[in-house]
Amino acid sequence: MDGFPLLSTMMLVPLAGAIIALFVSANAARWTALIATLVTFGLGVMLWIGYEIGGAQWQFTERAELVAGFSYALGIDGIALLLIMLSVFLMPICIAASWSAIQKRVGEYMSAFLFMETLMIGTFAAQDIFLFYVFFEAGLIPMYLIIGVWGGDNRIYASYKFFLYTLFGSVLMLIAMFWMVATAGTSDIPTLMQYDFPTEAQTWLWLAFFASFAVKVPMWPFHTWLPDAHVQAPTAGSVILAGVLLKLGGYGFLRFSLPMFPQASADFAWLVFALSMIAVVYTSLVALVQHDMKKLIAYSSVAHMAIVTVGLFSFNVQGLEGSMIIMLSHGLVSGALFLCVGVIYDRLHTREIDRYGAISNNMPYYALFFLLFTMASIGLPGTSGFVGEFLSLAGIYQVSTTVALVCTTGIILGAAYMLYLYRRVAFGPEKNEDAQTMADITPREWAMMVPIAAVVMWMGVYPESFLAPMRADIAVLDARIASATPESDSQLVVGAPKAEAANAVPYEAHSEDGAH
Amino acid sequence: MDFVASFVLITPELQLTAAGLIFLLVAAWMGDKAARGLTIAAAAVFFVAGLGLIPALHTGVNGPDTLAFGGLLKVDSFALFSKALIYLAAIGCLLVAPAFFNSEAAGSEKGMRAEYPVLILFAALGMSIMVSANDFMSLYLGLELNSLAAYVLASILRADTRSAEAGLKYFVLGALASGILLYGMSLLYGFTGGTDFAGVRAGLTGELGTGALFGLIFVMAGLAFKIAAVPFHMWTPDVYEGAPTPVTAFFATAPKVAAVALTARVVFEVFGAQVDAWRQIVMFTALASIVFGALGAIGQENLKRLLAYSSINNIGFILLGLAVANEAGAASMLIYLFIYVAMSLGSFTALLMLRSDSGDLYETFGDISGLAVTRPAIAWGLLFLMFSMAGIPPLLGFYSKFVVFQATVEAGLVAFAAIAIAASVIGAFYYIKFVKVMFFDEPTDLVTGKSGAAHWAILFLTAAIISPLGYLLTPSLSDLANKAAGALFLPV
Repeated sequence: MDGFPLLSTMMLVPLAGAIIALFVSANAARWTALIATLVTFGLGVMLWIGYEIGGAQWQFTERAELVAGFSYALGIDGIALLLIMLSVFLMPICIAASWSAIQKRVGEYMSAFLFMETLMIGTFAAQDIFLFYVFFEAGLIPMYLIIGVWGGDNRIYASYKFFLYTLFGSVLMLIAMFWMVATAGTSDIPTLMQYDFPTEAQTWLWLAFFASFAVKVPMWPFHTWLPDAHVQAPTAGSVILAGVLLKLGGYGFLRFSLPMFPQASADFAWLVFALSMIAVVYTSLVALVQHDMKKLIAYSSVAHMAIVTVGLFSFNVQGLEGSMIIMLSHGLVSGALFLCVGVIYDRLHTREIDRYGAISNNMPYYALFFLLFTMASIGLPGTSGFVGEFLSLAGIYQVSTTVALVCTTGIILGAAYMLYLYRRVAFGPEKNEDAQTMADITPREWAMMVPIAAVVMWMGVYPESFLAPMRADIAVLDARIASATPESDSQLVVGAPKAEAANAVPYEAHSEDGAH
Repeated sequence: MDFVASFVLITPELQLTAAGLIFLLVAAWMGDKAARGLTIAAAAVFFVAGLGLIPALHTGVNGPDTLAFGGLLKVDSFALFSKALIYLAAIGCLLVAPAFFNSEAAGSEKGMRAEYPVLILFAALGMSIMVSANDFMSLYLGLELNSLAAYVLASILRADTRSAEAGLKYFVLGALASGILLYGMSLLYGFTGGTDFAGVRAGLTGELGTGALFGLIFVMAGLAFKIAAVPFHMWTPDVYEGAPTPVTAFFATAPKVAAVALTARVVFEVFGAQVDAWRQIVMFTALASIVFGALGAIGQENLKRLLAYSSINNIGFILLGLAVANEAGAASMLIYLFIYVAMSLGSFTALLMLRSDSGDLYETFGDISGLAVTRPAIAWGLLFLMFSMAGIPPLLGFYSKFVVFQATVEAGLVAFAAIAIAASVIGAFYYIKFVKVMFFDEPTDLVTGKSGAAHWAILFLTAAIISPLGYLLTPSLSDLANKAAGALFLPV
């Protein structure tokens, strides 16, 4: 496999599919999109298998001097690998979710999704800071079209808000990038990650990057575009938004803000903590009173992503690893929850919670999957949500007990709004006749649910598979930011370990007794 | 100075002059039935004149060898680059014209007029002189030759009141601007004793006196008027809306290039030693153009008016490169100009394709609602052009903003760049409104007319240039732009 440009191939396949899908009939476009995304997923699996854990930090590197003043440099570390896997895993499911729900302008729709996939892979794999920006920003075009053409009633407002908010966030980052490249003399991301910018400059650079990533994550109070965009986007659009686009913000913090400006990150940690604490409590409470299912899940996304951001700024390995796992888990779980909403929306064409009720009677399998993902969203042990939240909260606790305390309420509130949602939709009295006659999930919907459910359980039971590829990279990052680590208020004292485990039973006594 | 050498240097101008005079006779003798042939012939003349520029453009020329007629004209790389761009834009505007003038859109005066190619030739001749001017006298001659041709072009549909109004407004306000410019030039002459650029520069040493400062300000104001920069932009929307669309396409491209190139030459070659005196003017004008160009466009329903505001907005970004006041800034400005010309030409060509069966043009947002369903090819072309204008990667419009902002930040004007780029988000609002109307709204199915091959060819070509494929052009483009910018910054 050496020398084969696997990453470029992964970007070319959906791009070719996108161009073909524009010019063929509706059904052919669907199949083109499905085949292209499945092939890309297959290539992604090869990527994961080929990725050498403990090998070089940057693998699958490709480099070509581009004509326009920045180079075409690709390469992945463990962090990027996992996020690419998440993207290519969700894509075929998105296509399947749109199979019959999208009936108008199918070719353009599939084309937009495939183009999106190319750009997402490019964003995670880019090793040139301007190339990253190109991919990062270009995603606005297909997403604007997806929300605007195929969205709900208020789609125009949502698409404008999405576009202008994210554009405004990113342009300031571009100015910061120019300054960094002019100062450091290179646009190579791995080199910039090791470059020490002057402390006072770091402050401004950090703020410029923060403007972009805080909107993308999104952090309170820059989150208001998200509920609108989610509610108005078609199901698959919501899945991609929640599953992958929000991760771009977290990835940005991991790849740029922390390693490039460690001192500023430490100085501004209080800001991130404060915004995240507000976000956890406030958006959870807002989620509690929603009548629209998608809006509820959108607000829960903001709350979950707030735990990601505190974890990232906890400056220790647990927090960083935990944040990565939450990002992966949230990508799967909230994606799956949006799919669950999409399934019943396709049948009844409403997202109003009150229009459902007691559907576990007529849709038992659906209720089962919905319950699984609800539990995973709450963070029940055995699901992916638990692993991530436990790790990142443990990481935060080492920095600040107060922040950990406030963020932990997010889990309780999360259980409240998710279980309340589930009770109103799946259980309770049979109040809507049409909701009681909905058919259970079809084989196509099974095929969408089962893979996500399997991975959610896998990540919950054996997270090592997902931790192993990124462990070395998180360690490198932790070492890079170690010097700036803010002082902890937890006053942890590492005690001397006991000679024996606490529940050890004296061995000899037993063996003597046993002789009798 | 050897006269033969001077004539060799101005070969393209001689070609345009000869062609213009001959075509004028042909037009007078044969009338409008020669219009089509003359249009094609004029495009061919531009093409030949442009071809002649290539060798010198490629090797790069500057220094004393480029001075013609005792220093009245300076045919250096910078002039050659601007001329090449002007001729390309002129070819485009000639090719899109016949289909417009021969349809119902031209109103009661249906039929292509033979004067159109002749006037374009003379306008381009004026622009050629503008960009190679090395003396305030030749500058003014070129400027007026261009302007007079442009006034007539704006009102070429005599019976159409909008066209006549546009021509009159353009004439009155243009004359005012010329007056301001002349006044500034006379002040500079009075305080320095010369009209040639090198002489004025030599006369302006050290701190500027009040009189010379006023001269500088009046010259800058006159030039700002010609490039339609805020606060001297008010004529643009009216003239762009009223003038026939092919003429508007011409105004938005070739004269813009010429006026911007002229401005750059004046500020660098005449006021090059007083950067601090004019930089704040340019900075203010740049920011104001970006902001007011964007804000003014938001409420517009008429597409031509909207593109007029968009051109004001774009001038703001071009002036950013000027405010940087170094070689990289000037080169970025030229790259921006090239991409801007391609985008404008494409956009106006797309507007020319929004026709009814009888050839009437549609000009408002309401008319193009749902265009993506009824005419997907035009809609996708416009989508690319608009996202490119908004500077969204991976389209080439992003690259134009990229180079300008890169030069600005590298020169240390970080806060200035940050404010400008934040203001550019306002502009994105109306560009994406185009996309919203064409893609999200219900189709009205008004646009049913067929478009000619020339329109399709230009739309396709400009779309290809601004698509990611356009990045293949960037190495040679930046090479040429660097050579051209280098010619402006020779040690004195």
